[in-house]
Amino acid sequence: MEEIIQVDNLTKVFNKSLTAVDHVSFSVKEGEIFGFLGPNGAGKTTTINMLITVLKPTSGTATVCGHSIQKDANGVRNSIGVVPQEYTADEDLTGMENILLCADLYGIPRSESKKRAQELLELVELTKFADKRVQTYSGGMRRRLELACGLINRPRVLFLDEPTLGLDVQTRAATWSYIKRLKEQYNMTIFMTTHYLEEADNLCDRIAIIDHGKIIKLDSPDALKESIDGDILTVTTKEDDNDVSGLISKVPKVKEVKKQNSTYRVKVEKGEETAPLILNALMKNGVTITKLSLSKPTLDEVYLEYTGKTIREEEGTDMFRQRITLRRARH
Amino acid sequence: MTQENHNAKSMFHGFWALTNRDLKKWYKEPILLFMSIIQPVLWMGLFGRAMNIGAIFTNNNVPPEIANQLMIQTFGVGDYFSFMAVGMLSFVIVFTAMFSGMSIVWDRRLGFLNKALSTPVARGAIIMSKVLSAVVRSLIQAGIVIVLAWLLGMQFSSSFTVLHLLGTFAALFLMCLGLASLFIAIAIRSTRWETQMAVVNLLNLPLIFTSNALFPSNFMPDWLQTISRINPITYGTDAARQLLILSTIDTSKLIMDFAFLGGFALVFATAGIILSWKYLSK
Ligand SMILES: Nc1ncnc2c1ncn2[C@@H]1O[C@H](COP(=O)(O)OP(=O)(O)OP(=O)(O)O)[C@@H](O)[C@H]1O
Ligand SMILES: [Mg+2]
Repeated sequence: MEEIIQVDNLTKVFNKSLTAVDHVSFSVKEGEIFGFLGPNGAGKTTTINMLITVLKPTSGTATVCGHSIQKDANGVRNSIGVVPQEYTADEDLTGMENILLCADLYGIPRSESKKRAQELLELVELTKFADKRVQTYSGGMRRRLELACGLINRPRVLFLDEPTLGLDVQTRAATWSYIKRLKEQYNMTIFMTTHYLEEADNLCDRIAIIDHGKIIKLDSPDALKESIDGDILTVTTKEDDNDVSGLISKVPKVKEVKKQNSTYRVKVEKGEETAPLILNALMKNGVTITKLSLSKPTLDEVYLEYTGKTIREEEGTDMFRQRITLRRARH
Repeated sequence: MTQENHNAKSMFHGFWALTNRDLKKWYKEPILLFMSIIQPVLWMGLFGRAMNIGAIFTNNNVPPEIANQLMIQTFGVGDYFSFMAVGMLSFVIVFTAMFSGMSIVWDRRLGFLNKALSTPVARGAIIMSKVLSAVVRSLIQAGIVIVLAWLLGMQFSSSFTVLHLLGTFAALFLMCLGLASLFIAIAIRSTRWETQMAVVNLLNLPLIFTSNALFPSNFMPDWLQTISRINPITYGTDAARQLLILSTIDTSKLIMDFAFLGGFALVFATAGIILSWKYLSK
């Protein structure tokens, strides 16, 4: 497979002090869905903005579809579609007018763009609302409209910045199926960012975990999970002052113990067989266990392993983020 | 079709689409038009009528012929209202041009600008579409103000023809082109509309008062006359006044007006395009 995006030491420093993207290198193969997974402020949007030629990199280079983002920006622009993180559709115009405006920016003649707009509105199920002002659209409808706008020039590479941010679970699942359908129908390469783990797991062929402007880990979701190398046993004991980490780690096949209050996160090999051994060891020493769970590694674990944070710690701010996405002030 | 031909055509396509977007937002919201007309009309109604300068003479027992003579010597016409009504045309243009900078700040904040920047549309077209939409809006508003001024009693000159009207619009066009380019260039990097608002508030009245829009500049102190002489509004207003209400046209002065306005428009429109290549993306 051909490499359609090639990024080499791409760096962006804001105001000479804040390094938002720090010597990032990776490549994306034609036809794959490539995901950037990272917490708020990790540098996902900044990376996208450089690749879509909206921001100038401080240093480093990148090519998209063989065009250099610095030397042949128009070549890049002609071959990509962009669905930004914010809702950028014009609220005072109708859905149809918005799509046609996007088409005009690509210089697509009206006869052609009308046809494509109909087709895309059909695809994202907005035909009925085509002549309604965007003001009256719900969040999910706006996302779908943005998606349609991003596809108007039949791009070879589609950039999706947090395509399901702030959507409810059902709408999110529906958006995933649009994205999958798009990929199959148009054989597009998709570069997406997200901070939802299930989304990355569900959609992406490969994932780069990015934090503080650096790629920490890059692999397929399965390989990432395997890299955890073992199962996760979570044990909660009654009293939290008595540290039993030592007891647990003496059990064979226990690889690592992390204590958080009275909860122990134990990485083990062959979880099903090791769990009873740990239980025995604890009970023999008079430790009361109140909760126990065994899980196969998920991206959650992967994420925790590499960034030291659970992604859930950040999801609380979602409602706020959704609101600022509507009317986002960029500084 | 050759590649170049195609590029030129699609450049115009995007330019027109962006202009049309701004205009659509404007004419779909008649309240905006109303708001921008109401201010000059209030000025004309209150200021133009209240400052009944002619009455100063009649109330002081100056013979009417001499009073009229004095008025013509000062304002070029017998009534102050006609004089200041033309000034209001400039007022409308200045305001519309100033606020056009604001719309690019909003486009940046709401992310539309980023989306436009990720498409192959020419950077210059993004800027010039803002300028053109400001020009179209302000010319339409100026047209409405002319009609309202006429209804309120503005006297056209006896030699007034459609050609004079076209000439007036040409002068206003050049003035607006330059001013809108200037204010959009100021806003090109800005993300804060508060800053933009401050610039507008700081500059609007000084720009009007250091021109001949409300008072003839040859009665101003020297330092103010100097400022007035580099203020493009002076030239736009003078051209409009000569063409609309003055009984005799000073041709050499009119040519000077157009030359200055043409140069002003050319310089700032070019500067706007060049800045857009360099500074539109960060
Ligand atoms: N235009 C800018 N000027 C200055 N700093 C910026 C600018 N844009 C982004 N930053 C900073 O760069 C860092 C990375 O921001 P970025 O928007 O790329 O994060 P992100 O991964 O997209 O986060 P999110 O999940 O919140 O969208 C942040 O610390 C942010 O404050
Ligand atoms: Mg982002």
